[in-house]
Amino acid sequence: MNMLKLSWKYLVAKPMNTGLNILLLALGLAIITVLILIQDQFENKMTKDSKGIDLVVGAKGSPLQLILSSVYHIDFPTGNIDLDEAVGLTRNRLVKNIIPLGLGDNYQGYRIVGTNYDYLDLYEAQVQEGEKWVKPFDVVLGYEVATKLELKVGDNFIGSHGIGSSSHEHDEHPYTVTGILEPKNNVLDKLVLTSVESVWYTHDEEHDHEIFENAVATTGFPDPGDEDRELTSLLIQYRNPMAAVQLPRMINSRTALQAASPSFEISRLFELLGIGVKLIQGLALVIIVIAGLSIFIALYNSLKERKYDLAVMRTLGASSGQLFFHIILEGVILTFIGALVGIAMGHLFLGIIVMQNEQGAISSLSAAVFLVEELYILGYAVGVGVLASLIPAWNAYQTDIAKQLTNS
Amino acid sequence: MLEAKNLEFYYQKNQPFKIPDIHLKQGEQLLIIGKSGSGKTTILNMLGGLLKPIKGEIIIDGTSLYSLSGAKLDKFRGKNIGIIFQKPHILAPLTVEENLKLANFFSGKSNSKITGLLAELGISEKRTSKVNTLSEGEAQRVSIARALANSPKVILADEPTASLDDANAANVVKLLKEQAEKFKAALVIVTHDQRVKDHIANQITMGGLS
Repeated sequence: MNMLKLSWKYLVAKPMNTGLNILLLALGLAIITVLILIQDQFENKMTKDSKGIDLVVGAKGSPLQLILSSVYHIDFPTGNIDLDEAVGLTRNRLVKNIIPLGLGDNYQGYRIVGTNYDYLDLYEAQVQEGEKWVKPFDVVLGYEVATKLELKVGDNFIGSHGIGSSSHEHDEHPYTVTGILEPKNNVLDKLVLTSVESVWYTHDEEHDHEIFENAVATTGFPDPGDEDRELTSLLIQYRNPMAAVQLPRMINSRTALQAASPSFEISRLFELLGIGVKLIQGLALVIIVIAGLSIFIALYNSLKERKYDLAVMRTLGASSGQLFFHIILEGVILTFIGALVGIAMGHLFLGIIVMQNEQGAISSLSAAVFLVEELYILGYAVGVGVLASLIPAWNAYQTDIAKQLTNS
Repeated sequence: MLEAKNLEFYYQKNQPFKIPDIHLKQGEQLLIIGKSGSGKTTILNMLGGLLKPIKGEIIIDGTSLYSLSGAKLDKFRGKNIGIIFQKPHILAPLTVEENLKLANFFSGKSNSKITGLLAELGISEKRTSKVNTLSEGEAQRVSIARALANSPKVILADEPTASLDDANAANVVKLLKEQAEKFKAALVIVTHDQRVKDHIANQITMGGLS
């Protein structure tokens, strides 16, 4: 027998009460856990995915949409831009490098991105198996695409038009898997990467099968031949900090293109989401406060019935300090278990949400990530337990044994 | 072993209790008889270190009880004084055995006596039972076992037979006497129960009348 066991026995003796209190607290903490997990992973992913991209240039429209579609591959592209106009930007001295992107197709919901090797270098991605694309219709798969769709090097598949699954198929030109990327834990994992040429040729009405054998451009812009070619967007790296001031303004005012900064748009997005997050956080806090009150009331009420028990413990040699500790311990055990259950529930909730969203922004989250903040949750919860049990414990401390024993 | 000298106590100043001096050696027994309101429970509380007398001294095994303070008094009580109440007051969330272990825990003694004690009081098979499955007599025996769990030097019993039928009452007194003799402890029983009278010769009557 020890203090911990004693407090535990008293909690177990009232399973309904104890269970309800644990559940109430756990619910509040689960919400907080989910919020923390999502926020942390989103911010992490968002910054990771946009690392090295100073500016995104695409067709006019919503700047946020442009960023979401071109950097994170979650929204629809704003439209197409002229290759000539894009090439014109390379002459600007503020631009260090431009990575062209051709979007618009998918394979079973995974987006096919036409680009060049610079895009791989941007994320420092290595091919784990096979090699990079060399000819049109060669593709390199992100790690998740390869594992989820069980594709291997040498396999063929046919892409579909549009960026969601089940639109019409480009049945004439099967893609060939030449390589599979190492797992990067970023947006690349969910992409099918190929050359811009592949994207162009897929959409051509007439086909000149000779050019299918030519090597594709590995950096810079591909050769359009004599056709009018289009791109979806451009990822731009600045040459110097000056560019951040001048380049977006220049592009937005003097060309038909639109420039958007990922960091700016994302902070704007978080600002918008922040209101919702704050609201949910507030709700969670209210639940936690109610849980604390409920624990307080439960302990306070049980103390009335237990005054005699406490007096008996004193006659057995317990000091008033030990009784104080006994009650505090009950509050702490309750909230500690509540916190553990809450954190587990939070991860479970997130796991369920992620499972239900196989693709898209949420699917990139993981429920198996544990953060230091969760230890803080544990700490806060135990704090709530101490706070809630302080007054009942003080009452226990002051129990007048003789009076208790004679009165009842 | 147990000595009470010049005790004085009152709840209202104009109604002080008349408290006799008590002097018990190892293994001696004393019956304090009195009506309710005569102060017999008060004196038991004082002897048990639960209620500080206004004047006077109580010495148990050479230690002046109220010279100890706070937690020290609590520990001394746990180790040296076993108290049995009118109602058994077994802690309901714990099993019979755990109730005894708790007594050992609070006083810091080992659990080695428990099995023998339960066997001797005939409640071995109720070891893992909760209090609500025990009969009145069994519960009282558990409370005696708990009071004895720390091998106390003084055993105090407050109306231990009040809620028991004749057979159980006689049994409980017999048990108390036996155990006190076995542990060589001083035994003080406070009661207004006439059935106890015949069992213990050494008697004090409080409140004058009885």
